[in-house]
Amino acid sequence: MGLRRYLANKTVWYLGALLVAVVLNFLLPRVIPGNPVDVIVSRMGQGGQSSEAQARVYEQFMREFGLDQPLWSQFVTYVTSAFQGNLGASFSFYPTPVAELIAQSLPYTLVLQLPAIILGWIIGNVLGAVAAYKGGSWDKSVFTTSLLFSSMPYYCLSIILLYTLAVVLGWFPPGGAYSLGMSPEWSWEFFSDALQFWWLPFISLLVINIGGQAVGMRSMAIYELGSDYVNYSRSLGIGDRKMTTYIFNNAMLPQITGLALSIGTMVGGALITELVFSYPGMGSLLFNAIASNDYPVVQAVTLIITVAVLVANYAVEILYGFIDPRIRASKSGEK
Amino acid sequence: MTNIQSSAVAAETEGPLLPPEPSTPKAKAKPAWRSLNFGPRLWVSAGLIVIIALLAFVGPLFYPFAPDEKVGSLYDGPSAEHILGTENFGYDVLAVLMASTRNSLINGLLAGTLAVVIGVFIGILAGYIGGWLEELLMGMTNIVLAIPSIVILILISISLQSTDIPFLKGIVGLALVIGITSWPWTARAVRAQASSVATREHIDVAKLSGARTGGILIFDVLPYLASYVVMAWVLQLASAILAESTLSMLGLGPSGTNSLGMQLHWALAFQAVATGAWWAFLPPTIVLTLISFALLYLQSSLDEVFNPRLRRGKKKHLAQAAARRAEAAKQLAEQNQRAEVTA
Repeated sequence: MGLRRYLANKTVWYLGALLVAVVLNFLLPRVIPGNPVDVIVSRMGQGGQSSEAQARVYEQFMREFGLDQPLWSQFVTYVTSAFQGNLGASFSFYPTPVAELIAQSLPYTLVLQLPAIILGWIIGNVLGAVAAYKGGSWDKSVFTTSLLFSSMPYYCLSIILLYTLAVVLGWFPPGGAYSLGMSPEWSWEFFSDALQFWWLPFISLLVINIGGQAVGMRSMAIYELGSDYVNYSRSLGIGDRKMTTYIFNNAMLPQITGLALSIGTMVGGALITELVFSYPGMGSLLFNAIASNDYPVVQAVTLIITVAVLVANYAVEILYGFIDPRIRASKSGEK
Repeated sequence: MTNIQSSAVAAETEGPLLPPEPSTPKAKAKPAWRSLNFGPRLWVSAGLIVIIALLAFVGPLFYPFAPDEKVGSLYDGPSAEHILGTENFGYDVLAVLMASTRNSLINGLLAGTLAVVIGVFIGILAGYIGGWLEELLMGMTNIVLAIPSIVILILISISLQSTDIPFLKGIVGLALVIGITSWPWTARAVRAQASSVATREHIDVAKLSGARTGGILIFDVLPYLASYVVMAWVLQLASAILAESTLSMLGLGPSGTNSLGMQLHWALAFQAVATGAWWAFLPPTIVLTLISFALLYLQSSLDEVFNPRLRRGKKKHLAQAAARRAEAAKQLAEQNQRAEVTA
């Protein structure tokens, strides 16, 4: 299979996956008995509003969200407006556009996750490679600690760090993203203030990432250390230093894939950490939207998580097509 | 059935069957499982799991308080009577913890088993039968795999929240949702293994002896995948328990039931961390961490048992093996010499 066919094949698959994801995203909240508007209106009704006002709100919502039209035409509307970046209006902050809420939250998630993923990847890989290479008690301690941190649910570490470092020791502020009285703006003052709130969630994500990467790198490196080419090169008398670079290069390819994939899961990967630290990112946005039955926001968040993951996976597959000659040579793509 | 038929055919082609196991084993013979080389890691993780299971299933029998019995007020500190104090509703934390752990384990078992069953079914069919069925099933798997499962979980759980069917609202409904969204990894791994097993000779023998496809899948393919299935099951267990707690903390948990995630959800909602009520949030955090750690540790040690390439031989064992090989080679050489002499 030539490179072109490989690329075309992958593109078709990912477009298919995207289509399924969008359909599910659209359909699942709508198969609820009664539509979201019913739920909202019944909630308003509990608040004690008159029925005439309710009816007007209902009409308004129905028209706004196109819920009185057949399902397929709702879907077409949904997809076309989503492509134009119009994700609808929030139910609970009506008429604030969902896109605006996302634009407020996404930066917080990104500044937390991106450095934690990249730095964690670098440190984790070095630790894992050293552990595999040195073996013995060094390996045992690094492996066990890394496994503990990587298998620990990431929010459990967040909770423990928040309690010990912020509540008991008082080294960090206990949650939030900036001091009361501050407002997000492009000023030095705001950034230095926000930095203090950023450290703790960042550290908690960093430690988890280091653990996960170290475990992966260690087993890759052990696998490589036992392979034929290593034994052969050793028997030829090639020095340790040279060998490590060979092993490292070979063990790196899957790790780079891992980096790309974890950048893809960035948006959806630390939802609960944000909740624990009351950090106003996508996790908190999603939590509040779920609590207030704000379907447009929930749908938008899940759509963004999905698209990010699909794009990262797709990018990796395409990159592999160029890097790895075996893919071009093989008859069929990965199943 | 299938086995007997296929082994009978095998006997015809390869000579007489091996004699059955000697009825009186040698005095020093180890039972078969002892040769599996279980490391200390496996015992540590299995021990942890047993302790947690005891806490969850046996603990409530001996503990005087029920998880739905109001015994105090908001966040009473630990006392002699209530070892871990009370939580936000005034229930005894330890009683709630035991009920939560039990529900979380049950959820994990249900969801993990469901995911493995679906995954093995799809993977084995695709890998063994191949052709258009494989294309179809794996296409489906790849699409489900590409979509992050947390998204589907969130969307389905939101729908479940407003159903009227009581059984879907609790832990069972959640387990079903987690199970039917987390099978693709298993399906993919099983397919790869099954398609390699499908090309082995004993499958041809089974086919020639007239075994039906179902029988071949169960008796001739599945046993070769057993180690993968066990490891996949352990992983699915862990991820199902974590998925439940993630969903619960997002506010999509089983309403009106205890689970580790719900316990953390309430603790966060009632500001247990900020007010320093450690007894309300640390116990579920620690139990969740231990469960997850023990299961993943178990998986990694099972991996080393089943997959010797990951195992770093102990130097002592390597030396012993080398000595044995040298001894065998010497004997062989002597035999050959003797043979040459007599010839």
